[in-house]
Amino acid sequence: MSNVGKSEIRVDAFDKATGRTKYYEDRMPADALYVRIKHADIAHGMVKAVDKAAAEAIPGVVKVLTCFDVPDIPFPTAGHPWSMDPGHQDVADRHLLNRHVRYWGDDVAVVIAENEVAANQGVRALKVEYDVLPFVLDAQKAMEEGAPQLHERFPGNVLKHTDMKKGDYQKAITEPGLVKVEGWYDTPTVQHCHIENFGCFAYENGGRLTVVSSTQIPHIIRRVVGQALGRPWGDIQVIKPYIGGGFGNKQDALYEPLCAWCCTQVGGRCVRLDCAREETFVSNRVRHAIRFHIVTWLRKNGDIAARKVECFSNQGAYASHGHSIVAKAMGSFPQHYPCDNMECDAWTVFTNRPAAGAMRGYGMPQASFADEANIDDCAAALGMDPYEFRQKNVMPQGFHDAFSGNTNYYDSFRECMEKGAAYIDYERKKAEFAKDTGPIRRGIGLATFWYNTAVYPISLETSSNRMLLNLDGTVNYQCGETEIGQGADTAYAQMVAEAVGLKSYRDVHVISCQDTDVTPTGLGAYASRQTYVAGFAIRQTADILRKKILDYACEVTRQAVGNMDIVDGNIIRKGDGSVLMSLKELAMTAQYNPVHSEHITAESTYTIRNNAYSFGCTFAEVEVDIPLCKVTLKNIVNVHDCGSLINPALAAAQVHGGMSMAIGYGLSEQLLFDEKTGKPLNNNLLDYKLSTVMDHPHLEAQFAENPEPTSPFGTKALGEPPACSGAPAIRNAIFNATGVAIDHNPINPHVLFAEFTKAGLINDPWRSKED
Amino acid sequence: MSVQYKVVRCNINGKDVERVVDVRASLTDMLRNDYHLTSVKKGCEVGECGACNVLIDGECFNSCIYLAVWAEGKHIRTLESLLGPDGELSDIQQAFVDEAAIQCGFCTPGFIMTAVEILEAGKLYSDDELRKLLSGHLCRCTGYENILRAVKKTMYRRLGKEIDF
Repeated sequence: MSNVGKSEIRVDAFDKATGRTKYYEDRMPADALYVRIKHADIAHGMVKAVDKAAAEAIPGVVKVLTCFDVPDIPFPTAGHPWSMDPGHQDVADRHLLNRHVRYWGDDVAVVIAENEVAANQGVRALKVEYDVLPFVLDAQKAMEEGAPQLHERFPGNVLKHTDMKKGDYQKAITEPGLVKVEGWYDTPTVQHCHIENFGCFAYENGGRLTVVSSTQIPHIIRRVVGQALGRPWGDIQVIKPYIGGGFGNKQDALYEPLCAWCCTQVGGRCVRLDCAREETFVSNRVRHAIRFHIVTWLRKNGDIAARKVECFSNQGAYASHGHSIVAKAMGSFPQHYPCDNMECDAWTVFTNRPAAGAMRGYGMPQASFADEANIDDCAAALGMDPYEFRQKNVMPQGFHDAFSGNTNYYDSFRECMEKGAAYIDYERKKAEFAKDTGPIRRGIGLATFWYNTAVYPISLETSSNRMLLNLDGTVNYQCGETEIGQGADTAYAQMVAEAVGLKSYRDVHVISCQDTDVTPTGLGAYASRQTYVAGFAIRQTADILRKKILDYACEVTRQAVGNMDIVDGNIIRKGDGSVLMSLKELAMTAQYNPVHSEHITAESTYTIRNNAYSFGCTFAEVEVDIPLCKVTLKNIVNVHDCGSLINPALAAAQVHGGMSMAIGYGLSEQLLFDEKTGKPLNNNLLDYKLSTVMDHPHLEAQFAENPEPTSPFGTKALGEPPACSGAPAIRNAIFNATGVAIDHNPINPHVLFAEFTKAGLINDPWRSKED
Repeated sequence: MSVQYKVVRCNINGKDVERVVDVRASLTDMLRNDYHLTSVKKGCEVGECGACNVLIDGECFNSCIYLAVWAEGKHIRTLESLLGPDGELSDIQQAFVDEAAIQCGFCTPGFIMTAVEILEAGKLYSDDELRKLLSGHLCRCTGYENILRAVKKTMYRRLGKEIDF
């Protein structure tokens, strides 16, 4: 009986449907003190003084701490595995509170109080005196001579520059008869908008520090808190309860170090630090706004002769995940549309904006927007159909990347595109929509993407598991790869049941909510890695558990180990399939045997040294009301080759969520800043246009299930890929509908008004005639 | 008693209760802190996200922008009220489970309570009407696709009609 490949009900569904699931705030000790942060209300400057007197006089205020009180220990925040190579470690550019204010919303001081009202009043009563400095919000302007400087260690504000070269670009472009297609493509600052804001609480316990946090990465948080406080890592215990979404924002040490330090400043009493929505938008992390300059040289037959790509990534004020994001974005180009002559450059640049970190897709939604916009521009320049142009140029079957070791085994791109085109009825609709000439025009567009699975070989990939045979024959399972809403725990239960030989995934109890004191060390939820990396460790640990079970069964049944198997929760004799004993009987016998008692457990670590290509595409159909400058998304389909599906229903649900995020990225979401002050303008869920259910058509999720050969369960990346290709597909559909190629997102009515005016569409002859 | 505090008597999930509350407290605060009804979630505390949605005299409200003192004499229902006496799920909860309409689960309680209001109307709504009725809730995980399915499926079942997905 196979436990994988089935749409089982989530293991946490009942508790979530009844509201029993405990998130960090539901576990809050009643006596916790409130920590509230004083955020800077300038974009750049030095704190001269903080007047605490008025705040300290407020009844209920316990303590006020400022940037002049914190230890001088710079620490990094990115949720990356530790690197033993100092040159590969994350940039340590943070202090708990900052004298050098680098963005509007930076952390200057905290008030600790007995209740929320006093804490908030205390923050308002603080008077901060600044030496105000000039600020810069744009990445390329920050690279200019004389621009305001953010970090002494990074003159010119460049955190890092890397490049990639292939063939001879300069020589290749001299070939006679080439068509040049050049564009600048701009992507915006957006935010994760998990519905649960970030928050945490900390208390001392037996001389150690416990931090309970809404995080994706408990084991990494333990290390960062230790670093930031200058305490041995073993002193720190991090507990991750259920979390209300993360999407990469919580793949960073947000305020756990500050909260833990505040706890130590009030004698180890419990303190809580909860971010309001407005703070989550500005003072957590955002997605990097990346600007791309792409020059593509085409032969008349549709070949790409040469390509140049420059990427300018707006890092904001602090390094966080830093250059990794734009490096991943840049790295996508040579593999997506391979050509013999390429030059790519990427810069990550500090600016006085909120710090950018990980967000679902990690640079790929940005790269995909630029790349796929340019590819449509290329097809248009040659008069080719965008579908046909992609079929001709996209990564071919058999393509191998030497660095990651990945191979496109199945010609997945073409398979995904064929499925998407069939669903949306591409050919027929495209021909029909081409006849539209009135104020309402319809269009159809597509975009493709590829994505790596996990982070090998750039960083360590490891997963540790523990399995315990319960006395009723069920199995407890623990790992460090966290459930953050995506359904990882359910996939683990199905894989463990399969690997051990249990009857049902319900016979596996996934011990969710990692606690670094008891959970085997793992890296957490990121990089679309969980199902893939945990799969290796599950297979290995299950083999160990099975061997222990069968060794013991051999003692009891006198059957050779090799003659037995575990099937549907029973130990069977392979020769005739007869049931020798149930796992329950075996576990009870083993535990209570007066001569040889054993509690049967297995624990192991698997170091993953593989990666896997994940592929997919989006087809979008739009209706554009030109005079209203309004786009209505009529139809959208994502097709993914993410390998074998462990749970098809949950896989589709992942795709729906990613498509929704991509729709917002394409049409409505953007965090805006006042050019005059650097102040964020729409850091709330009313003014920041997150899609509602009214903004979506039906979301169609389809799969091309090609088993990944490197994976024990045939799986590869699925978590992030659905967010990658939606926005450019919508952009290309608008291009198809109107002939207007828009090179920045979100494509909202403001943008359309400017673009349609520029294109002369708003004063189109049909309008004056009708008038 | 200080003017800052007031006794609030109301009926919560079928039970008459009373408690002294801070007049500045929101209904969210009262339900979570005084009655430990932690299905009531806080996502914005200014009425934008819908995570704190509860039924007050049969009508949906964002409890974060409803003062606790306004609850005087009202009948309030939270998600906790839907579970049967023997722990059985209500039809709409079961539909959320069956349709994979739950991911991180944080928006779920609010959505389900709006679904209860929709279902108690006893009407057959079109997809567009359902989308409008559900649009006061934000969800970042699901794209709303399966949530809509769960509500629609339950609406058809309650009305004894065949579903047409």
